[in-house]
Amino acid sequence: MRKVSSWGRLNAHPHHVMHLNSPVQAEQIIHDTPTTGIPYGMGRSYGDVCLNPQGTLWMTTGLDHFIAFDHNSGRLVCEAGVLLKDIQRLVIPKGWILPVTPGTQLITVGGAIANDVHGKNHHIHGSFGDHIKQLSIIRTNGEVIECGPEDNPDWFAATVGGLGLTGVITKAEIQLSPVSSPWIDSETIPYTNLDEFFELSDSSEADWDHSVSWVDCISGGGRGLFIRGKHTPKSDKLEPKTSQLTMPITPPFSLVNKLSLRAFNMAYYHLKKCRSTRELIHYEPFFYPLDNLHEWNRMYGPKGFFQYQCVVPRQYGQDAIQSMLKEISASGNGSFLAVLKTFGDRQPLGMLSFPQPGVTLALDFPNKGKDTENLFSRLDAIVTEANGRLYPAKDARMPRELFEAGYPRLSEFIKYRDLGISSSLSRRLIGS
Amino acid sequence: MQDRKRIAIIGATSAIAEHCARLWLLKEPSDLILVGRNSKRMERVATDLYIRSQESNIQIIEQPDFSAPDAISFTVEELFKKKPIDIVLIAHGSLPEQHVCQDDLHTCRAALDINGVSPVLFAEAFAKNMEKANHGTIALISSVAGDRGRQSNYVYGAAKGLVSRYTQGLQHRLASSNVNILLIKPGPTDTPMTSHLKADGASLASSELVAENIVNAVASRKKCVYTPSKWFYIMLIIRHIPSFIFNKIRI
Repeated sequence: MRKVSSWGRLNAHPHHVMHLNSPVQAEQIIHDTPTTGIPYGMGRSYGDVCLNPQGTLWMTTGLDHFIAFDHNSGRLVCEAGVLLKDIQRLVIPKGWILPVTPGTQLITVGGAIANDVHGKNHHIHGSFGDHIKQLSIIRTNGEVIECGPEDNPDWFAATVGGLGLTGVITKAEIQLSPVSSPWIDSETIPYTNLDEFFELSDSSEADWDHSVSWVDCISGGGRGLFIRGKHTPKSDKLEPKTSQLTMPITPPFSLVNKLSLRAFNMAYYHLKKCRSTRELIHYEPFFYPLDNLHEWNRMYGPKGFFQYQCVVPRQYGQDAIQSMLKEISASGNGSFLAVLKTFGDRQPLGMLSFPQPGVTLALDFPNKGKDTENLFSRLDAIVTEANGRLYPAKDARMPRELFEAGYPRLSEFIKYRDLGISSSLSRRLIGS
Repeated sequence: MQDRKRIAIIGATSAIAEHCARLWLLKEPSDLILVGRNSKRMERVATDLYIRSQESNIQIIEQPDFSAPDAISFTVEELFKKKPIDIVLIAHGSLPEQHVCQDDLHTCRAALDINGVSPVLFAEAFAKNMEKANHGTIALISSVAGDRGRQSNYVYGAAKGLVSRYTQGLQHRLASSNVNILLIKPGPTDTPMTSHLKADGASLASSELVAENIVNAVASRKKCVYTPSKWFYIMLIIRHIPSFIFNKIRI
């Protein structure tokens, strides 16, 4: 038994840990596992979607082999434990790029599919699952199921965004996008309220590949910095040297607190506001600004932290976001990492996929027990009112009713569950 | 390509070896020869390496018996017939459970063979040819477990100690030649071989990090490398604890 945490470091319960080292051996192990299990990749989901205390974790990072790559068509086949970082580094010099990538590349392909992750370009490319052409899952009864948008589409829709619960994803075929260079033409524009944010978002959809914004969760007014970027042709600029830093210790208390946050947010906003900047930036710092600070999750101290990410439909979006920012500002909680972005007008692919048309707000909160829980209840009420939903990949605490209300295709999904697979999250939100 | 590196890896499906191969190919396209016991498993590795470095040449040699002197000698001779090998990494091994080695002499013998005798036979075959060519590097993976016998894994430790002592002699023999012999002593590393340790919560070095240290040590023609480097200091202490104290601690 080994103590394992997820990215939020809220707890570290003992798990039986089994390593999947090849697809063949994986079939055997998954079939022979005496308890329930859940696949665990890089452990970058924040809450309990990847945890199964007292049960088994199937570690997937040993499934890290490329299987095929066609330079002409941009089709890549790989095992599910391959990291997005390895894909980007392999394919970008050859003129291809992952069409969708979240804010860290230190995650596995399997995790990206199971949580149907999104990036800054949802309005153009949708979510990660939209680019999967085929995948394989291993079920605990030993069955192997291949599925894709055309092949077993029902299994595919259940597995993409399926939180790992339909079977262990071992292999995937990804359609990459062409890209002419690793450089991104990026612009940062300050906004002072949500009207301006929505205007910027809408006017950027046509001409910009990527858009995201940092929102000051302390000011309450909805000011922030809007960042947009587009891929550019070759540049003579030298690729940046990456330097790795590691958060060396877990401080005894959260470094993110009322004092530090107010100062930090004020300084950050005003420093950036002085100059609306446009610059050529390498894809790694543009997409993955935190990846070079290893274990940054330790800065929240020994009690860990939550991330709260919701999406609300556009018609109620502005009011809902405004009310949430007010609640957060009044509570004095929240953190520097606060992201506001619009999703494009695309229907989600997976039965439990998170992205849907609307606007999404994501914030980290240091774990302060009851205080934090009370704030979440108030935010939940706003999300429910606005017909929104929360992102399971980030969640460690949402009430079951909120999950059921947010994911109307849940009853359809249940049919594809593998009951030998279970996580803390599935027991909390689905009952098994 | 005249000066392409020719690299052979014995025990090519081991996690450390595979990461070394990835790093070597990332540096420059090379001719890579993978030697292993199971061609199916090697194909998975070779395909992956080929996708990572499509300009490289990757060859698979299946050698079902890793302790057969004639087969080993034949494989190595054939390799050198084509062109001398620049680097060979001898990486195979398996970590037996100590108590099983104590209870069952067959297991004990198999552990000594695969971790001790077999790497020596391979190294000897390569040394002969590299000495003739007066060129090349032989890198052998031993273990910190070979530095001092301990109750928890002394059969494995003895086999690795054999490799370490053998390497010392080989270095002495080839000291005046152009052939470099590198002795690698990894601490406990996160590989499939150690997954039962990991399951118990031991903290292990990543095989990527160990591989990086090995590739750097080969490039700088080092004689001996502990990886991660902290193990040099840890073993320095462990080797020097007087036995009347050592025998009282259970490690």
